[in-house]
Amino acid sequence: MKLITAIIKPFKLDDVKTALTAVGVNGLTVSEASGMGRQRGHVEVYRGAEYAVDLVPKVRIEIVVDDAEVAAAVDAIVKAANTGKIGDGKVWVVPVESIVRVRTGESGTAAL
Amino acid sequence: MAAIDTGDTAWMMISAALVLLMIPGLALFYGGMVRSKSVLNMIMMSFSALGLVAVLWILYGFSITFGNSVGDAGYVGDVTEFLGLTTLVNADSVIGTIPAPVFIAFQGMFAAITVALISGSIADRAKFGAWLVFAGIWATVVYFPVAHWVFAFDDFVATTGGWIANDLGAIDFAGGTAVHINAGAAGLALAIILGKRIGFGKTPMRPHNLPLVMLGAALLWFGWFGFNAGSAVGSNGLAGVAFINTIGATAAAMLSWLLVEKIRDGHATSLGAASGVVAGLVAITPACASVNAIGALVIGAVAGILCALSVGLKFKLGYDDSLDVVAVHLVGGLVGTLMIGVVGVEVGLFDGGGTEQLVKQAIGAGAVLAYSFIATLIIGKLIDIVMGFRISADEEQAGIDVSYHAERGYELSDSSQGGLSGASKGA
Repeated sequence: MKLITAIIKPFKLDDVKTALTAVGVNGLTVSEASGMGRQRGHVEVYRGAEYAVDLVPKVRIEIVVDDAEVAAAVDAIVKAANTGKIGDGKVWVVPVESIVRVRTGESGTAAL
Repeated sequence: MAAIDTGDTAWMMISAALVLLMIPGLALFYGGMVRSKSVLNMIMMSFSALGLVAVLWILYGFSITFGNSVGDAGYVGDVTEFLGLTTLVNADSVIGTIPAPVFIAFQGMFAAITVALISGSIADRAKFGAWLVFAGIWATVVYFPVAHWVFAFDDFVATTGGWIANDLGAIDFAGGTAVHINAGAAGLALAIILGKRIGFGKTPMRPHNLPLVMLGAALLWFGWFGFNAGSAVGSNGLAGVAFINTIGATAAAMLSWLLVEKIRDGHATSLGAASGVVAGLVAITPACASVNAIGALVIGAVAGILCALSVGLKFKLGYDDSLDVVAVHLVGGLVGTLMIGVVGVEVGLFDGGGTEQLVKQAIGAGAVLAYSFIATLIIGKLIDIVMGFRISADEEQAGIDVSYHAERGYELSDSSQGGLSGASKGA
């Protein structure tokens, strides 16, 4: 099993969700995040005082999938989240040791 | 004794309530502009000013402001004359054409909001107790006497009134000097006494809730009809003039502030719109009954531009007037007070009045500015020495809401956990 974490542009969340559903991923966790990369922040002005806002709002998606589904899931995210402009985000994959479904106590791939 | 006019009375009761509404309006206007960790303290400074000053007004404030001038000198009213309002609060006392208690209530709201205005210059960092001590002393030593100078006309409440209203003859219809220049100069002095917030000019101190600021500005505008048109102390033509000018100048100031922003910063902002509204309201306050509709538009437009440009002064000169009490109230008050001498009907330079009125306006404005600034420096410094005016660096960084009020403004997710610690004291 693998944990896939994707940082994407907030307005791409719906597209990514649809794409993941299409490749059979039914569960995901979404959180609001902010961060910085090559995409620069923006400037805000309050009564003439300029503030450089470094951190850009992003959405973080986390899913745990079976090893066989990793490639398809990552591919789905990358295609759906791509705009071709700087700041599209990142996707990374790390191994997961174990997983338990809280309701039933099932573990391993049965819990996915 | 004059008879009570029911129309005048009805309008003045509504006006008093409108001016009261400006205080929570100001609290929201200021509260939205600070960081979320000090929103409650910001709001509390206005609310508590209302609580404290209303009590002082009833006890002795009205008497200092509207009592017979001590020694007929025009500087301060006789505090013993209406002490506790015992002779005035009854169904038979009349001031002008309205019941005395209605006039007292209306003027009392002016005292409260003037004190509340000052709090904008010391956001995030003033001990709450010290603020209350300051509010009480400042109202007593500065506002009540200055209001006597400006608002106490001879033979209205008492035989002899204040020197600016009667001897000098400067025009201040609703409080450009007594309220706005007064509060603005005090705000500057207090910002200097308390010093800069930690990180001022380096770390971002963005307004945390601009919709709150807009709501506050809207409530201020609404309440300001009572402030300006109510200052006619009657439901009459003069009130009507003040009413339309409170629309015209304010609208023009909003536009001109936004124009400055668009040209200088590239964007017209909502904070700019709200600020322009308040700048326009401040500037038309002294002038609302002395100018025609075009004069009001000119005063508003000039105030919007000059106030917007003045905001940057605090960074250049290095004082942390957190919410721009100086740029909006002091500068706006000066614009309105002085421009009566320029565009005022019959008295202004452009309407055949020569420079006579302009000089009077400048003397009145200068006197209030100087007295308020110096007296506030002394009061603030004394409080700082005796009890300490400023909270500790730790408390400031944690946020004054939690440090001093043991509350926070927002609970957006119910995830703080924890339970009641100890017995509930309120039960």
